[in-house]
Amino acid sequence: MEGFVSSAQQARSQAAPGLDAHLEVSRGSGFGLELRLATPPGRTIALLGPNGAGKSTAVSALAGLLPLEGGRIALGGRTLDDPAAGVFVPPEQRRIGVVFQDYVLFPHLTVAQNVGFGLRSRGEPRTAATAKVRDWLCRFGLEELCERKPGDLSGGQAQRVALARALVTEPELLLLDEPLAALDVTTRVRLRHSLADHLAQFSGPRLLITHDPTEAFLLADEIHVIENGAIVQVGSADDIRLRPRTPYIADLAGSNLLVGSAAGGTLSVGNHQLHIADTRVEGAALATLHPRAISLHRQRPEGSPRNAWETRVARCEHYGDRVRLQVAEPLPLVVEVTPDAERELGLAVGASVWVSIKATEIGVEPG
Amino acid sequence: MRARAAGWLVLVLMGACDGATDAEGRPLAAVRVSAAASLTDAFGELVTAFERATPGAFVVLNLAGSSALREQILAGAPVDVFASASSANMQRLVEAGKVSGEPGSFVRNRLQIAVPSGNPAEVTGLADLAREGLLIGLCAEGVPCGDFARQALERAGVTPSPDTYEPNVRALLTKVAAGELDAGIVYASEVGSSDGVDGVTIPEQHNVVAAYPIAVLADAPNSEGAASFVAYVLSDAGRAILLRHGFAAP
Amino acid sequence: MSGGRRVQRIPAVLLGLGVLGLAVFVLPLIGLLARTPWRELPSLLGAGVVSDAIGLSLVASLGATAVSAVLGVPLAWLLARVEFPGRALVRGLVLLPLVLPPVVGGAALLFALGRRGLFGAPLEQATGLVLPFSTWGVVVATTFVAMPFLVITVEAALRSLDPRFEAAAASLGAGPWTVLRRVTLPLIAPALASGLALTWARALGEFGATITFAGNLPGRTQTLPLAVYVALESDRDTAVALSLVMVAVSLAVLVALRERWWKAL
Repeated sequence: MEGFVSSAQQARSQAAPGLDAHLEVSRGSGFGLELRLATPPGRTIALLGPNGAGKSTAVSALAGLLPLEGGRIALGGRTLDDPAAGVFVPPEQRRIGVVFQDYVLFPHLTVAQNVGFGLRSRGEPRTAATAKVRDWLCRFGLEELCERKPGDLSGGQAQRVALARALVTEPELLLLDEPLAALDVTTRVRLRHSLADHLAQFSGPRLLITHDPTEAFLLADEIHVIENGAIVQVGSADDIRLRPRTPYIADLAGSNLLVGSAAGGTLSVGNHQLHIADTRVEGAALATLHPRAISLHRQRPEGSPRNAWETRVARCEHYGDRVRLQVAEPLPLVVEVTPDAERELGLAVGASVWVSIKATEIGVEPG
Repeated sequence: MRARAAGWLVLVLMGACDGATDAEGRPLAAVRVSAAASLTDAFGELVTAFERATPGAFVVLNLAGSSALREQILAGAPVDVFASASSANMQRLVEAGKVSGEPGSFVRNRLQIAVPSGNPAEVTGLADLAREGLLIGLCAEGVPCGDFARQALERAGVTPSPDTYEPNVRALLTKVAAGELDAGIVYASEVGSSDGVDGVTIPEQHNVVAAYPIAVLADAPNSEGAASFVAYVLSDAGRAILLRHGFAAP
Repeated sequence: MSGGRRVQRIPAVLLGLGVLGLAVFVLPLIGLLARTPWRELPSLLGAGVVSDAIGLSLVASLGATAVSAVLGVPLAWLLARVEFPGRALVRGLVLLPLVLPPVVGGAALLFALGRRGLFGAPLEQATGLVLPFSTWGVVVATTFVAMPFLVITVEAALRSLDPRFEAAAASLGAGPWTVLRRVTLPLIAPALASGLALTWARALGEFGATITFAGNLPGRTQTLPLAVYVALESDRDTAVALSLVMVAVSLAVLVALRERWWKAL
């Protein structure tokens, strides 16, 4: 599939830097949202956080469904919402393409009508709209489905229709609200790849809202972690994983993510081989390994763990009652231990230490 | 079976007044009287007087258009006395064998044109009922008041342009009194007893005199009470009340 | 689905009570059919008063349904979507005609819109329009009693509609009117249709408010129910024939609609 850049869009993205938002919203029962987001064109920013953190509020505010109480939203240099200046652009005039959770395709319209909805609503004449719709359906491989109703589509097909519907209007920002949340695990993995491809082809700014850290790690260039209505950390995937700032991030997102290939019970990551419990996974694979599942020893450990090697401590950080260590070659990993263990083992930067990991602790999925 | 059922229905409609008892706590036998709507006020006073005059008596009054009452009785309603606004209705019951003895005429009523107070449309006679611009009301066909009105209009050679046929004379009167109708043909007794309504006389040669018959019914559950009530109606005391309400002597 | 037929065991009490319940509806119908003078039916139905009544009933009921739709859908939308002070009271007012005896409704209409009515008097002064005793009066009285059905059905449907559809439409560039036209109304179409059917059925059967407000004149205000009432006292056979027409028409329409639209109710 070829990339897509319209001249209008090029002009727009050169005019001003993508999305610049400072959101201040309170939403009853004492909940307040205050965060800043800047999404330059050509980049995917992820807003990652647990449910109830304020992600949907942020989506609603950006889309224009919820007015701000303070702050400002600007897209492509144009102010969309500025309470202090009395500016509010209604949702239908913001040029934001939204892909909703569950896709929210119009059940009474065909795929072609769904995709063409935005064009027709903006007054595009029927013939021109039909041509554009057909073009986009082809790009997404949906030509044969154009007369189907959303009820007859599979998850993957629905996702493509939702994307096409959002993109056909040439929006200035692509906003994806938990696009993979409603899918089962296998479909999710498969669609994550296709989504990554589609995102790469949209040259405008892209904002991804999710609660799944793996999704954020794999799809986003930059991750903003949101908790209780505020951004608590901003950084690349590595920053988040390796140097989590809050317990939530540490628990959920500060996991080790390994990319490699699996064959017959062995996962090859770079030059290192790991024994894994799942023998069914073959080919490209993703592995997650929780920092607490890794044991550290002064000498070669005895016992059942199949994976053990010697390495040295590269970094050491304290978070209250936990200690997070980063170990270096051959495989950089984040390990979490108690302060007592740290003292007993004499763990300090540069110290040599043995790592042991049970094969069953390594979660593998096809990548 | 069906008639009986309808009769029971009327019983229910008349209300569960059966709970009344006399001074010794014995249940009083109710006298059920079905009377034409035009007798509403007159019979209301008459019933109170009768109950006072006859200790132990108590009357349940069912007021409606005479034709409706006739149908109820034909369907088997348990009624003791029927006071109709037209002999035609009574005749139908006689033919059906529903009447005990001979019905007696107890009052006469004449027709009168009713107009709202002040006669805003300046109605002077039956001829005005043909004026297109006025809203005219008559009683429906089959209702005695309506049939008599038609007769009167025929005698006067007037073809009316009515705007509504009301199901009973009271409904017609209410609309005239409210000023929604400019004129309607009702009974003279009605005009006298209503506020907000003035009367325009209909000359004798056109007017229709309605003789109101009253009778005890053959299937009366309380024929004693029925006879006693009819006797009161026909007595001087009863007649005085009726005359006071605008009716004419039989 | 394949497989053997499952034998369904119906509790006797349920069956008994259910049959009794059915009898409530069926017995009067049987009574009516038994009383019908089948041989004279064609000539009875050909009478002028009958065709007048049928024509008037159709015109008034369809007119009332149309007015109910034009005014009721926006009202339902306001009640469902806009939070304004006193909304609960307004909803209660809208539902009032459902609880009020129709005759009371008719009397109230007379006080408001009659020639001497609060609004009717100025109306006559300004436009010469007199509603009582006119066919328009029938439409007004019928709309008064029937519109609540449309409003409740549509309001319920709007409330249960996933608000994300409208949000999605807005995000794609559809203004509020386009959203209503292309997304909201099509999605509530089944409920709207069943609401219209109910409204029409109620309008067809309206009696008390009509006779009190619009009066009773063949050809102008005497709808089928009024004609039946009047005929009962003078001409039983015509009354039965008219009743039969009403039952037949109502039953036909309701059964026809059941297939497609009642699932939304």
